[in-house]
Amino acid sequence: MENEPGILKKVDEFLQIFKKGEEFTKDLIRENERLRFKMAQLEEAIQNTGNEDKIRLYEERIKILDQEISSLTERYKRVEEENKDFASKYLEVETENNNLANLYVASYQLHSTLDINEVLRIVTEIIINLIGAEKFTIFLVDDKTNELVSVASEGLLPGEIPRITIGEGTIGRVAKDGESYFLKDNVQEVQKEVDLTDPIVCIPLKIKEHVIGVISIYSLFMQKASFTDIDYELFHLLAGHAATAIFSSRLYTQSERKLTTIQSFLELLKEKPKR
Amino acid sequence: MPNILVVEDSPTMRQLIGFAIKRIPEAKIIEATDGVDALKKLSAQDIDIILADINMPIMDGLKLVSLVRNNPSYKNIPVIMITTEGAEEDKNKALAIGANAYLTKPIQTQELMKLVSNLLS
Repeated sequence: MENEPGILKKVDEFLQIFKKGEEFTKDLIRENERLRFKMAQLEEAIQNTGNEDKIRLYEERIKILDQEISSLTERYKRVEEENKDFASKYLEVETENNNLANLYVASYQLHSTLDINEVLRIVTEIIINLIGAEKFTIFLVDDKTNELVSVASEGLLPGEIPRITIGEGTIGRVAKDGESYFLKDNVQEVQKEVDLTDPIVCIPLKIKEHVIGVISIYSLFMQKASFTDIDYELFHLLAGHAATAIFSSRLYTQSERKLTTIQSFLELLKEKPKR
Repeated sequence: MPNILVVEDSPTMRQLIGFAIKRIPEAKIIEATDGVDALKKLSAQDIDIILADINMPIMDGLKLVSLVRNNPSYKNIPVIMITTEGAEEDKNKALAIGANAYLTKPIQTQELMKLVSNLLS
């Protein structure tokens, strides 16, 4: 029992040490928590620093892509414009092609025969099918009477077509001057009432400056509202080529007739001595 | 290789249509001068499309279309009428008989080409 106060003192000392140890441990735990928190903060900071770089990188890439998009849009617009240009050029070429085909066919057909009736039929076909005329007449000059005489017509009765004196009226003047006549007014309005001395178009058939006849158009088909560029080209072609074709076929027919006459005459001469 | 029958009494129109049609790859053009001639050509070879005028001697285009539509061997052949008759009633009449399309003269070759290509495809 003498040692009792010593033991109590030692227990007290031990408890003191234990308390200090407890406090120290608590301090350590706190410090540990603080450090872990700091580490977490640092890790987050490190992570944030990486995101910013990435964002910067992405922003730069977006900028580049934006530039590429605007440059592609520009190019697309340019290509679209070019396409439109090509499309309109294609249409032009197609129209030109169509026109050339018309002119080629007309000229080919006009010179495909030496038969005067066949030539007149071809001229008629061209005026109907390629120009779209409904009523018209082909006049040729009668040198003996100095008049224009209808040799072929469409949509008109042959008996109703008058002879025209050269120099008189629109048709006569075209034959005299050799200048084409085109009605300037609205063609569809004017042609409702056909006046055979007052055509909507009158084309001289000329070999150089010599007029051998005229083509007089009085009305167009209902689907043909007005004349187009190719019509004027065809009129121009008809003025020259139809004239040449008609003239040469007439000469050929005449020479054929003369040849037949001469051959018959020679036959007769050959036969005479036998008698 | 499509066989295209062009029925026209006018040599000028036959040549012009031929010019347009030649641009269809490998197209072969068979010409007939009227409806009767067209029927002869139809019986002699396979035809893929018919382009026919209305006003023709011997047998006109409308009669031809009506005969074609009533013949089991030819009834499915597409027919394009090419004519000077521009009135709506003429067009309706041709379409009622069995024509697939109706073009008025003077023709635009682009329009004809487009029609022929569409009907062939």
